[in-house]
Amino acid sequence: MAHVEGQQHPIKIYLQIWGWLFVLSTASYLVDYFHVQGYLRWSLIVVLMLLKAGLIVAVFMHMLWERLALMYAILVPPVLVLVFLGIGAFEGDYTFFTRLKFFAAGL
Amino acid sequence: MAQTTALTHTGEALALPEGWQGIVADWSSDQRAFKNVPWGKAMMWIFLLSDTFIFSCFLISYMTVRISTTVPWPNPSKVFALTIGGTEIPLILIAIMTFILISSSGTMAMAVNFGYRRDRIKTAALMLATAAFGATFVGMQAFEWTKLILEGVRPWGNPWGAPQFGSSFFMITGFHGFHVSVGVIFLIIMATKVLRGAFDHNRPGFLTGRKGTYEIVEITGLYWHFVDLVWVFIFALFYLW
Repeated sequence: MAHVEGQQHPIKIYLQIWGWLFVLSTASYLVDYFHVQGYLRWSLIVVLMLLKAGLIVAVFMHMLWERLALMYAILVPPVLVLVFLGIGAFEGDYTFFTRLKFFAAGL
Repeated sequence: MAQTTALTHTGEALALPEGWQGIVADWSSDQRAFKNVPWGKAMMWIFLLSDTFIFSCFLISYMTVRISTTVPWPNPSKVFALTIGGTEIPLILIAIMTFILISSSGTMAMAVNFGYRRDRIKTAALMLATAAFGATFVGMQAFEWTKLILEGVRPWGNPWGAPQFGSSFFMITGFHGFHVSVGVIFLIIMATKVLRGAFDHNRPGFLTGRKGTYEIVEITGLYWHFVDLVWVFIFALFYLW
């Protein structure tokens, strides 16, 4: 069996991902440039962000070729951030409500 | 490289199980859960996971202060606009910084590849190019900070709206800029070692005395790509939102 050292992939795939990241970044910049607003803006921003993040982690950081044990150990814990995100949003809304209710006169 | 696979009685490598069986087998195995991965790389991934939580905390706190403020949030599209040739282009500086950081990730990915091919000159050149892109990024960030501070943005207030804008901005971009700066230093040190041939001759490294191998180029790369990854989130959530 040939001794395989580390992660070896053709250079071409890095150049392709590099190109895609440029395209996706340009797209997210254009969202702002053309003043897309509302839910369309937010969903475009989040989708483009997640696509870019996915490409970087999967190919540039070689996660695609790692064993599942490492993949799950690193990629599952960040999902917990979503719980924290939910708590933060709930808390922020509540603070906003109390500010309107009790401090609106002072503004 | 250490032997990471079990051997049969005839000395052939025993194939590691894949899928769910692989996860169970890896995690329940002796000595190490992360097969085929040098411990330095596993440790870097675990560090990056902890760093993910730090940046998540920053971005979530930014979200809560932005939700809870009763004063309008300053429009980042206008705040970060630059006037070039008489026309105001929204967010252009941030867009350029994004492209620079992505390019640095591209050169870094190729440096890792040439490292494993033991091409010293190309590896070091690409790592130094990455460091140069990184330094350019930090320079543009310094320009951006200077511009905003001169316009009166402070952690406790700014001329356009919610005072929390300044504190979120300086905290998030400052911490990210610090990461980039550390990465640039790390890259220059490792590129120097590559050029000297420290990894070809397994020369012991400073501080630890560990024998140097080209895996460190990939580990440096992981850190660098993470810095780019964090910027993807900051760009989307702070600058574009």
